Amino acid sequence: MANKIPRVKVREQDALLRATNFEEVCFGYDAGEAMLEASRCLGCKNPRCVAACPVGIDIPAFIHQVAEGNFAEASSIISRDSSLPSICGRVCPQETQCEGSCIVGIKSEPVAIGKLERFVGDWSLEHNAKDVAVAEPNGRKVAVVGSGPAGLACASDLAKWGYDVTIFEALHKVGGVLVYGIPEFRLPKEKIVAREIATLSNMGVKFECDVVVGRTITIDRLLDEEGFDAVFIGSGAGLPRFMGIEGENLNGVVSANEFLTRANLMRAFDDDYDTPIYVGKRVVVVGGGNVAMDAVRTAKRLGAEATIVYRRSETELPARQEEVHHAKEEGIEFRMLTNPTRVIGDERGWVKAISCVRMELGEPDESGRRSPVVVDGSDFEVECDVVIMALGTSPNPLLKQTTAGLETNRRGCIVADENGATTREGVFAGGDVVTGAATVILAMGAGRKAARAIDEYIKTK
Amino acid sequence: MFKILEKRLLADNIYLLRIEAPRVAQSALPGQFVIVRVDERGERVPLTIADFDKSDGSVTIVVQAIGASTRKMCEMAEGESLADFVGPLGNPSAFIKMSDEELQQCHFLFVAGGVGTAPVYPQVKWLHEHGAKVDVIIGAKTSSMLIYTAEMARVATNLYIATDDGSEGFKGMVTGKIDELISAEGKHYDECVAIGPMIMMKFVCLTTAKYQLHTTVSLNALMVDGTGMCGACRVSVGGKTLFTCVDGPEFDGHQVNFDEAMRRQSMYRTAEQQADEKHKKCKCYGE
Repeated sequence: MANKIPRVKVREQDALLRATNFEEVCFGYDAGEAMLEASRCLGCKNPRCVAACPVGIDIPAFIHQVAEGNFAEASSIISRDSSLPSICGRVCPQETQCEGSCIVGIKSEPVAIGKLERFVGDWSLEHNAKDVAVAEPNGRKVAVVGSGPAGLACASDLAKWGYDVTIFEALHKVGGVLVYGIPEFRLPKEKIVAREIATLSNMGVKFECDVVVGRTITIDRLLDEEGFDAVFIGSGAGLPRFMGIEGENLNGVVSANEFLTRANLMRAFDDDYDTPIYVGKRVVVVGGGNVAMDAVRTAKRLGAEATIVYRRSETELPARQEEVHHAKEEGIEFRMLTNPTRVIGDERGWVKAISCVRMELGEPDESGRRSPVVVDGSDFEVECDVVIMALGTSPNPLLKQTTAGLETNRRGCIVADENGATTREGVFAGGDVVTGAATVILAMGAGRKAARAIDEYIKTK
Repeated sequence: MFKILEKRLLADNIYLLRIEAPRVAQSALPGQFVIVRVDERGERVPLTIADFDKSDGSVTIVVQAIGASTRKMCEMAEGESLADFVGPLGNPSAFIKMSDEELQQCHFLFVAGGVGTAPVYPQVKWLHEHGAKVDVIIGAKTSSMLIYTAEMARVATNLYIATDDGSEGFKGMVTGKIDELISAEGKHYDECVAIGPMIMMKFVCLTTAKYQLHTTVSLNALMVDGTGMCGACRVSVGGKTLFTCVDGPEFDGHQVNFDEAMRRQSMYRTAEQQADEKHKKCKCYGE
């Protein structure tokens, strides 16, 4: 019966209008829509969605409560496994995780698990219904390096179990990539991120901003002088990659990290803020991931004509389908099978065009994707005044350089076992700093695993 | 929040601010910098450390009011607090790894210009305390623009002043004074450190190259985070692209592409000037 009902469409801001503002694209379900959508869940005995969730949320159980209208109950079911449902409901790649495994999705469209999670998260934020049981303080201290998804998830579990947790953040605001990277129109900062993080403060987690671990204080000092029993490193992958092509240091070439940090963290799009941003008239974003989509859609909102240049074809775009779809609706131009070879400057040293070659797909490479091959003699120029490089990021080498006994692999990622234990005793790590740039939810999963390992380590020490 | 313990006018538009920042003071070494955000709406401004005191947990910076955020910083009073003060960032000066025996054999020449004089001070002080011989040239347009001369005189072996108009000391550019010391007076230096405006550092490097005098410069590139995340501070050194914040801020001056660095430094100038104009118009400064 249930799957006779079509998936309830989620209301969104009109594409032409939203391409000129930073308000959230998706409005989310209201209570009626959420209950109707929840009624589509089959309540599988052996739920494949749960197995596909990196943090193992009891999805059928919370959806059942939504269908019944018991939103507070749904919230407490989610909070057993995730402290950040409003965030994950918005940014998780559900199509390859929970929703990608949903049985209803075989014959119809899968249950909108992400939108339901978001509804429950937002409902509990609005109703201040986040009551998380916290154990009696056990007197043991854990330091968490970085306040992004991995650190928040790790801190949340440890705080629930009675640990005294301090999160150290290098920037002036907590949230890591949720704040500096993901734009407001996808993840509202004050309405959602700040309030969801506030639930951790309510659980007793302490936050100390403006502390660059490795510079302001070392991991050794945290362990030896400040009395922390263990350290969790969730410092992410923040170092931007460049292509190494000619003209990359011209004025007007920026990393996606720089462009997005100016817009998101520093609110450069708001005239009341001092930080400048240079958008120009025509922006080319190089890359095809979620960060590339965030950058190109931000540039569009700041008034530029904005184009994606990607060396493979549309089917290989690593960005979420929803983001690509939204970008197209907003009027972003996509130039696929195109690879930049050189940035061309004017006589003042500013970008005036980017020289590209056409590509065609050859044999599959080690990642299983067909690797692009240059079409000889296909050089052409795309006029632009800003080039944004969104080619991925790698972990910051600072912690390795300043922490004895902490090993990294050749990609600069910290070496850790499946529970997050690093080569240095008492130091654990998880998220992008271990895996290289990945997703919010995988980082949260790694943070939770490390929390269990830290608990075990401290109890048996 | 980071309290302003002391504020002093050093020269026209240039202020010394001593800030309560115990964690930064504890870890700071010569050559490093901090990032300061004046208030919720301010830019993250990189500023070199002018002094630090572990015992009272204070760090001194010297700020020239040139943009909207630095102007607001200079408008603040003792007892008020800066929103953010993060550091120490960047690598310490290379000489801190040298042994005292090596340092005692070494004769340094420091060339300081403008607000760049402030970060020279902790380096000269450190070297002085470790027994090195340090000559210092401080350059300015005119005598009223000179800063840190009294402090520097206490720690420098020889202090030379150069002013463009000759109102104090040597009349001319710092490069002229370098030529005078090395060519005319026959002084020998083992290492030169130049900190000041990009254009000054460029010409100091052209001058010292004539004498094969290895020269370290401290670059004041544009930055957002100061921890390696944004890449705004990219600089070409010996043909390689490096990040000033994590690979520097000090580099071999003879390898730096200064023309590119100066061009990159001006990237947001128009936008910054507009932000500053906006603040002036809205009378944020009570003018």
